[in-house]
Amino acid sequence: MGKNNYLKLLGILIVVAVAPLIIKGDYYLSILVFMGINSMVVIGLSLLMGYAGQISLGHAAFFGIGAYSTGVLTTQFGFSIYSAFLSGLLLSAGVAIIIGIPALRLKGHYLAIATLGIGEIVFIIFNEMIGLTGGPSGLSNIPPFHVGNYQFTLSIQYYYLVWVTLFVLIWFSLNVIHSRVGRALKAMHGSELAASAMGVNLSAHKIQVFVLSACYASIAGSIYAHFVSFIAPNNFALMTSIMFLVMGVVGGLYNIWGALMGASLITFLPECLRVFKDFDILIYGAILLMILLFMPEGFLVGIPALFRKYFK
Amino acid sequence: MTTNQLILKTEHLQKVFGGLMAIASLSFEVREGQIKSIIGPNGAGKTTLFNLITGVHPTTAGKIFFQGKVINGLKPYVIARLGISMTFQTVELFPQMTVLENVMVGCHPRSRAGLFSSGFRLPHMKKEEKWIRDESFEKLGMVGLQEKASLPAGSLPLGEQKILEILRALSTGPKLVLLDEPAAGLNKVETQKMADLIYSIRDRGITILLIEHDMSLVMKVSDEIIVINYGEMIAEGPPALIQNDQRVIEAYLGGETDYA
Repeated sequence: MGKNNYLKLLGILIVVAVAPLIIKGDYYLSILVFMGINSMVVIGLSLLMGYAGQISLGHAAFFGIGAYSTGVLTTQFGFSIYSAFLSGLLLSAGVAIIIGIPALRLKGHYLAIATLGIGEIVFIIFNEMIGLTGGPSGLSNIPPFHVGNYQFTLSIQYYYLVWVTLFVLIWFSLNVIHSRVGRALKAMHGSELAASAMGVNLSAHKIQVFVLSACYASIAGSIYAHFVSFIAPNNFALMTSIMFLVMGVVGGLYNIWGALMGASLITFLPECLRVFKDFDILIYGAILLMILLFMPEGFLVGIPALFRKYFK
Repeated sequence: MTTNQLILKTEHLQKVFGGLMAIASLSFEVREGQIKSIIGPNGAGKTTLFNLITGVHPTTAGKIFFQGKVINGLKPYVIARLGISMTFQTVELFPQMTVLENVMVGCHPRSRAGLFSSGFRLPHMKKEEKWIRDESFEKLGMVGLQEKASLPAGSLPLGEQKILEILRALSTGPKLVLLDEPAAGLNKVETQKMADLIYSIRDRGITILLIEHDMSLVMKVSDEIIVINYGEMIAEGPPALIQNDQRVIEAYLGGETDYA
């Protein structure tokens, strides 16, 4: 995995441990929780899009499947939170396989449209299966996460839960990237023709990484459901998928760290822009536009590059 | 040489693109340890032939045998794992990956680690990763590319990219290597290096099928040559014979009788 990445992981660990000592208050801690949740999804997207070169405009669907599995199974069927979580994970993986087999035969724009359609279908299911999901008015009273008798009720508890989980996911992702599987994914992105000439089973690897990224989104969704305790279909609509994509693109998808930074920035940015009152969305748009225009590879790569260009 | 076993054989191989007959009815044999070249004018169907053998294009009719087994209809990655590897006319490296990683990708068919053992860095994966890295680095040393191991492959000059592509193909552990114009665009010195590399591949017991327009290279390294034109074989034999073959000369220069 490389010394560099271990140092970065260690750095994150320290920042995560120290942050709550400086950042106090439920409001700020909950933003940090959302940062972590979004990062999980975006890191999965980074593996899928940045490394393997496959696009998804429907990842909110897997985020939603995780959240609704946890919500529905715990509130209506008396599942334990763990079995609900695992069911969500399996369901997301299953849906990803069933969808992935036909959809991943498509490329570029076609795959984008297909995944967008999948997101919409799942969104409609959340809306229409009122008996299970509560329909548009949402699902409430989702129990908090707990380990034995230890209940997670405070933001600070979720903060540690989310960031420790995220830490494990980052570690897993970095290991995958620096392995035979990761090289096969990158090779596929570079040249499908050459990758298959190297014995890489393209469709198997595409489905594998699609399922993996769906699982990341599902894990994030389950934790999200426990944390907010109320979910509605609108949390998992097309805009959410687009937001995940924007986070990835802004931070830089060809890089796990970029995905992390992008998710953190885009989660935090709207909160910073509150001071601008009604103009916040305008400034938000302007910032996104600037990043995409001047740092098409994301700001993690882009900012150092701009520095080199103008200060050297 | 002729006593060696057959490694590749085609029987009445045919490929039609739309209405265009790219390969008409091609039957030939390649024996183990040979360097066999395929020459012919542009558009003769040479690269198409390679794409049929490696499974990139499906055949229209005919059969391809590799070590006695029919391989047409198999997916490219399956054929690669059976032991046929190729390099491309237009270099197809993975440009964003490093020089070393490109060679490491080549080890894919000879390694096992899956998603879980990679993600959790299980002991057998770590062990496998180590030999892949060591062996690939060693391979780079054979052609003097070790200092450039961590550069992106896309940043190498063309000559080195072509050599890297061959190294990558060799990493798959092939029994047969298909080289599509390895000397195209290379200068004299680089071409000489390429010839040496081709010999060293053969000396390791790997059979080579070569497409090349540089005739001095072809005549020097080949054991046997097949000449094709309009998807049909017009001559086959050792270099000395091919050089003086009337049909070959006509195919390349145009026959005098045509204008009579």
